[in-house]
Amino acid sequence: MSNPLEDMELPDVIFCIGTNMTECHPVAATRLKRAMANGAVMVVADPRRIRLAEIADLYLPIRVGSDAALLLAMAHVIEREGLVDEAFIAGRTEGYEAFREHLRPFSPEWAAPICQVPAADIERAALLFGRADKGAIYYTLGITEHITGVGNVQCLGNLALMTGNVGRPGTGINPMRGQNNIQGAGDSGAIPANYPGFQPVVDPKNAAKFERLYGRSFDPEVGLTKVKALELAGRQIHAMIIDGENTVVSDPDAHHCRRALEALDHLVVMDIFLTETAQLADVVLPATSWGETDGTCTNTERRVQRLRAAVPPVGEARPDWWIAAEIAKRAGLAGFDWKDASDVFNELCSVSPIYHGLDWERVAEGRYQWPVPEKGHPGTPRLHEDGFVNGRGQFKLIAYQDPAEVVDDEYPFWLTTGRRLTSYHTHTQTGRSEAIREVLPEERLEVHPEDLQRLGVKDGDAVRMTSRRGDVTLRVKATERSRPGTVFCSFAFSNVPVNLLTGSGYDPITDTAELKVCPVRIEREEAGLPA
Amino acid sequence: MTTENVFELDGRPLRFEDGETIFEAARRAGTAIPSLCYDPRLNAFGGCRMCVVQVEGIAKPVASCTTKITRDMVVKTTTPKVERLRKTLLEMVLSENPDRQVSADRGLAASEMNDLAQRLGVRRGRFAGATSGKSRPEDDNPFILRDYDLCISCYRCVRVCAEREGDYALGVKGRGFATQITAGFDRALGDSTCTYCGQCVQTCPTGALGDKQIMRFESLSAAPETTRTICPYCGVGCSVDLVTKGDRLVGVRPAMDGPANKGALCVKGQFAYDFVQHADRLKTPLVRNEAGELTPASWDEALDRAARGLTESIAKHGRKSVYGVASGRAPNEAAYAMQKLMRMLSGAHYIDNCSRA
Repeated sequence: MSNPLEDMELPDVIFCIGTNMTECHPVAATRLKRAMANGAVMVVADPRRIRLAEIADLYLPIRVGSDAALLLAMAHVIEREGLVDEAFIAGRTEGYEAFREHLRPFSPEWAAPICQVPAADIERAALLFGRADKGAIYYTLGITEHITGVGNVQCLGNLALMTGNVGRPGTGINPMRGQNNIQGAGDSGAIPANYPGFQPVVDPKNAAKFERLYGRSFDPEVGLTKVKALELAGRQIHAMIIDGENTVVSDPDAHHCRRALEALDHLVVMDIFLTETAQLADVVLPATSWGETDGTCTNTERRVQRLRAAVPPVGEARPDWWIAAEIAKRAGLAGFDWKDASDVFNELCSVSPIYHGLDWERVAEGRYQWPVPEKGHPGTPRLHEDGFVNGRGQFKLIAYQDPAEVVDDEYPFWLTTGRRLTSYHTHTQTGRSEAIREVLPEERLEVHPEDLQRLGVKDGDAVRMTSRRGDVTLRVKATERSRPGTVFCSFAFSNVPVNLLTGSGYDPITDTAELKVCPVRIEREEAGLPA
Repeated sequence: MTTENVFELDGRPLRFEDGETIFEAARRAGTAIPSLCYDPRLNAFGGCRMCVVQVEGIAKPVASCTTKITRDMVVKTTTPKVERLRKTLLEMVLSENPDRQVSADRGLAASEMNDLAQRLGVRRGRFAGATSGKSRPEDDNPFILRDYDLCISCYRCVRVCAEREGDYALGVKGRGFATQITAGFDRALGDSTCTYCGQCVQTCPTGALGDKQIMRFESLSAAPETTRTICPYCGVGCSVDLVTKGDRLVGVRPAMDGPANKGALCVKGQFAYDFVQHADRLKTPLVRNEAGELTPASWDEALDRAARGLTESIAKHGRKSVYGVASGRAPNEAAYAMQKLMRMLSGAHYIDNCSRA
């Protein structure tokens, strides 16, 4: 997030797109609800009539994958109506003239049939956001899990730049990070393009720095993403270590993913359970769980906080960092003689410019949001206040593009997947609470009653849902949450491995899968569900 | 007349902020005025009248939680009159409830009323007669006990649900002795807009609402201890206090001073912690034997095998044949160690995490 969580109570116009925040980030959503109680206006764009849509002042039930069309049309209206922040554009951005020309054809009337919402509503959304004094954008995977994920985010960036909604309280471009430490995993350097602290691996200065720190030379080019590595499994990649990820359930195109892991000569999995992924491993190493592990994590607003062990580890479980270090030592590598978690964190701080002013003691109370460039620095709750890291904010010329697969006679329904309030990801943790299982006993496919009638299927009946890659069987739930023609389910239950179906395409820059769009066919399952 | 924001509290001059109430300023200065319906995160309510104080020039005692300070106001928090009044009020409140002690485990504030009764030296039994609030034992949701026999109609649950959560799941039916907290139209919580966030439980000052998950462990005799950490689920990073009895993790409580959540939690963070000490946890390393089965192994054996597989792959297929995936669920130290391991092994940047799916 560019802005801190507490800023969520300050905007006068809130624009939420592709974020089911009351279910996926419930505590953050309480802040938006309080902002609304204080008079803020909320615009929500989402294919499903989620809780945020129910409380919104304006709800746009856009077709899955049409986000860029909506955002281009909103920018078109804001430009046409002169609602731009000219001083901000002149002072802090570049490329606006070209962007203005680019926007010309993208009227609400152009976008309406793509998004399947009235042009007048697109117009109204644009006017609301364009007239905001403090307009804030919130998004999640509904924006990024598309083949146009990067373009979608850049469209949001354009909207914020042209209206000057950056670097001030109650504004900003705010992705809600999904996992407790997904921000920290990137911060810590577990990405193929950057050393810790987002230092690009292609910059020779960084390569020299890490050669000095780690004592070996490194390739000057970006490594492989996980998606590419799985594609190359059995051909170029022959050994893999996976820490705490249930890859074969969470990732797209699960058949392909399973085949990839099976093609390896050597798979090591560190986890707290024998997950579906761990069952494929040659070596399974038991890691300590949350509640048993000292460490640090970094949240969606870049706040570095301490994790503390409260109970002893079960069995012989050991911390992930210790396991990685032991493997390193046994592979003959030097530089892994850490005593405890504080040693590891302090080393991370010493090599990372954004954590440089932090250490184990300083993060004890969670007071700091990165960047914290040196000791004594108060941290940076709000990014881009006085300038952008790369100089000026760039307007990007994005065109609308259809999803990788679109509905047709054979696969006439749009399937979009997501998460539910009471389950988390592949449910390996929440699913082990009896109480949670009581309120969420099984996965159900949400289908509009009109579609059910056409299919000759009743609420609670079993159906088979098929995409070009695979099929699953599950019960249906009749609901008007999505428009006719769009269905929804989560990927929480391993007996409904919906990611067998997904994986129609990938964003070419990030390799993020188009998990939010998958054309499917739905038929009554005469045999019912397996017991 | 002074020109500064100063008033007099129990004979001492005290600065105040514009709009500050007597209760807030007193609290700030270390004077704990008794209260029952007060929760610092909620709008002042003025319902329980336990916080009454004497203000010079006003004949009757006023509720300090709803009275804003004006310049040169003279306030006394402990006159015999207000102390008598508080005791009588609390005795009347107590008389509406059965004389039943409940475990402090039920929620963060569950002992508040009993502690106050003790502090004020209040005895039960001075008043007798009508009772209020009726428990809902038939509400068999697995998270929240609704033991309304102990309800004192402070409305903290109703207010936290509306003001902090924005869910408006709870309401009030009836008035006086007939007052009953309800969900939706007097339904079970599961049939209302309740999301089981547990905030009502944590603000209840009597234990009328209880955390059913932590209550499973009430019979464990060890004294509860708490450890501050961060919730393991989404990226908001809510601060929580883990409640342990001996080596058993028995519950989770929201941290009121958590920078990201300020005391808020959701159903997952509040209640879904059984995975930690679940029987399914991996307890020893496993290695695949010649028959193709995963079998228990020592750490030494498993780590050697893990390392050997990587080095052999490099020897056979070159350094760019090994790949690592770090976890978005494990701490920074895990991700840092993983990236260092993979970079050091191969010299390539063959490391990623689960952020692309």
